[in-house]
Amino acid sequence: MLEVINIHKKYEGAPLLRGISFTVTSGETVCLLGASGSGKSTLLRIIAGLEHPEAGQIRWNGEDLSTIPTYKRNFGLVFQDYVLFPHLRVDENIAFGLRMQGLDRAEIRNRLHIALEQVNLSGFEQRRVTELSGGEQQRVALARALAPRPRLLMFDEPIGALDRTLRDHLMVELRSILQNTGVPSIYVTHDQEEASAISDRILLLCDGEIIRSGSPAEVHAEPGSAWAANFLGLGNVLQGKVVEAGWIETRVGRLQVNCIHDHREGESIPVLIRPRGALAGDGKNSIRSVVVDIIYHQDDFRITLDNGLFFYLEEAPRIGQTIDIRIQSSALQCLA
Amino acid sequence: MNTLAITRHHVTVTFWHIIPWVAPLFFLGLFFFYPLGKILSLGLTPTILFEADYAELASKTLFFTFSQAILSVLLTLFVGLPAAYLFARYKFIGKSILRALTAVPFMLPTVVVAAGFNALLGPRGWINLGLMGAFRLELPPITFVHTLGAILLAHVFYNTTIVIRIVGNTLIHLDPRLEQAARCLGADTRRTFWHISMPLLFPSILAAGLLVFLFDFTSFGVILLLGGPTFATLEVEIYIQALQMLNLPAAAVLSMIQLGCTLVFSVMYSRMAKKATVQFGQHPAGMNVRGARTKSERLFTGSMVTLLVTLFLSPMLALPVRSISRLEAARGERTTIQAGLTGEYYQELFMNRRGSLFYVPPIRAAYNSLKYAGITIILSLLLGFPAASALAHPGRLERLFDPLLIMPLGASAVTMGLGFIVAFNRPPLNLLTSPWLIPLAHTLVALPFVIRSLQPALAAIPERYREAAALLGASALRTWLAVDWPIVRRATLAAATFAFTVSLGEFGATSLLVRPEYPTIPIAIYRFLSQPGGLNYGQAMAMATLLMVSSTLGILLIERLRLPGAGEF
Repeated sequence: MLEVINIHKKYEGAPLLRGISFTVTSGETVCLLGASGSGKSTLLRIIAGLEHPEAGQIRWNGEDLSTIPTYKRNFGLVFQDYVLFPHLRVDENIAFGLRMQGLDRAEIRNRLHIALEQVNLSGFEQRRVTELSGGEQQRVALARALAPRPRLLMFDEPIGALDRTLRDHLMVELRSILQNTGVPSIYVTHDQEEASAISDRILLLCDGEIIRSGSPAEVHAEPGSAWAANFLGLGNVLQGKVVEAGWIETRVGRLQVNCIHDHREGESIPVLIRPRGALAGDGKNSIRSVVVDIIYHQDDFRITLDNGLFFYLEEAPRIGQTIDIRIQSSALQCLA
Repeated sequence: MNTLAITRHHVTVTFWHIIPWVAPLFFLGLFFFYPLGKILSLGLTPTILFEADYAELASKTLFFTFSQAILSVLLTLFVGLPAAYLFARYKFIGKSILRALTAVPFMLPTVVVAAGFNALLGPRGWINLGLMGAFRLELPPITFVHTLGAILLAHVFYNTTIVIRIVGNTLIHLDPRLEQAARCLGADTRRTFWHISMPLLFPSILAAGLLVFLFDFTSFGVILLLGGPTFATLEVEIYIQALQMLNLPAAAVLSMIQLGCTLVFSVMYSRMAKKATVQFGQHPAGMNVRGARTKSERLFTGSMVTLLVTLFLSPMLALPVRSISRLEAARGERTTIQAGLTGEYYQELFMNRRGSLFYVPPIRAAYNSLKYAGITIILSLLLGFPAASALAHPGRLERLFDPLLIMPLGASAVTMGLGFIVAFNRPPLNLLTSPWLIPLAHTLVALPFVIRSLQPALAAIPERYREAAALLGASALRTWLAVDWPIVRRATLAAATFAFTVSLGEFGATSLLVRPEYPTIPIAIYRFLSQPGGLNYGQAMAMATLLMVSSTLGILLIERLRLPGAGEF
């Protein structure tokens, strides 16, 4: 079990990580989700021992790792753009960690075979890594990290450089591999779809701190802050003021929000309006506005209104048309 | 220009395609290939080739040439590899200045380098005189000049920059995450270096080593001036046989061996250089550069910087300071030594003493050098421009002719001098007494550099600019003035400076061809250094300082004018 305890790290004088703490247990895949430059990669490198924090500790099964150098930690790391050894073939790349462990040749051949099968690259042993496609290189990188049977696996935005279909395909493969091996993993990305697809638990990283932790479903249901709702692309985020119990005044009107929290009157809180499930027509929680843009989106139409909000409707109105939209109460929530 | 632009898109070799090549090829044919052919015909007669004496001379000389070159390469790598690592991975105060400092020696004339080391470590140099004064010694304690050590040190001084640039370039582009990936897979520092870093660096180390070897193998001025009479490489032996033994056939045989070896090593080098530039994992440069943090890192950077500054700065500082210091008995006064600053060595340059080494005041050598340099500039630009513009838009013809233009670089300057002697000693081409001889030789040496300077600029002018100007109504001349000239102006200045600097410092070919009453600056320095006496020594220092200053200015100017991206080696 990995414990990350209160890690602090500065980058060029400014604080980057401000007290990061979390744990990863066996069989768990934890995802660090945050914007580019938020320090996710740095955190991985600190856990791997490639960089040192200014404060805080990394512990594995209770043992403090600060005196243990990288090459003794047996933590696998799959890099962004793969970082395969260009002067070695596929089999030599994958076998590198096994050679370092001092395994005998028969065992190395055996593990090599297993690793290649795991990533669907059997038969690629003799190929030069510079001749492989992006997806193949990524799978070699994965096999190379898996072969030495690391105690912990870390992924630094591993599939960011690939196209959509390949990404979806690899995510499925990756998930099944991780579940089969049961090795604890930390997956770092800025793409919330990847995060939801692959992880058991999402950690949202914002401004150097973890502001939300939970399963993908939990985090989507209760993002916990305006920033999280925006980053996850959950819908329209507005600032509103509590006028009386259950009613919030926003710039698009007065909305009735069923809120589980206690709010004082006059308190300013952010509100999330999810774009799906809205109906045409007026009534409670309805908004009247002019349509400024319509985009066809899979099976629905994404309507943008001139008050800045967007919704998905089954039928498309005309641009310039004034429409009433009634928001379902299930689509409204406060974010504080 | 309009029709030319359109014609170029078709692959037809027209009259206009051939015209630019006529002058350069004629020049090369007459002044390079013809003399070369004469050397070959002289040396290839069966009687001479298998003459036992020649064989013994050749093998002895070849052996020494090889050994000193290999030793020099090893020492250069010993200094250059840590230096390359220093520049590639660390930030420190004065980094760019130090980097420029290590590059200046490469183009300094050999006589200047020899004079500089002499001023530092020679029998009348600073260190010896200082030790003699401090310990009241009769004779200079350190013998440096005329030893193998002097040769090796001067070679290191010259060529460290090659290692720094070639290996450093690979280091900068080496993805540091490769080493990190190896660490995550269980490799400690030693194994990471052995399995990952070393194999990726090896091609460029080998390429740098081969290039340094090539330069050390063909070294002439350093051997002659710092090595002295006991040491002779192939180059020096050619010079001795031709000029002192008057044994032209022997010189020719040695020339052929020299050419053959140089050709082989050049081919090996270009193969290695191609491998070294296949950049795996192209990584933006400079991402891994940081200040020294740990104590051992600071020790490394500190000692490397000290070593480099000492190695590169001290000879070059010793020279000018020595030229204005009187540290020994003045002329005629054997007993009293008035140590102090003096300008008398410089003043002597302007005087024509009876019985001097020259028939004219030594400063006349400067006048000759400048005259020759001027002619060299004009000739090489006249020949280089058409060749460079043809090469800038290469077609079939260019691919054929390009290698021909590079060949003079591979042949040594001494061989070219020998070729002139052998080819132009009879009518109708009796040029040996002509004042044009030396500038012609200098042009031959400078031409590849001039073409290499002009070519990127000429290639950088997109055809479309010309077409646009023509569409807007500009005549060919106006188009050229408005579009081509501003771009080419800089490169022309760089090329001219190149030609100037090369001509000013040229020693190899000039030493074979010079007429006694018309010396050049390097020849003058050489003569002064070979003669005893404090006054001669001082004048050598003075002239060498003048040459050093002008060469350094030239080098710095070239560096500033160079187009970014113009190739290194």
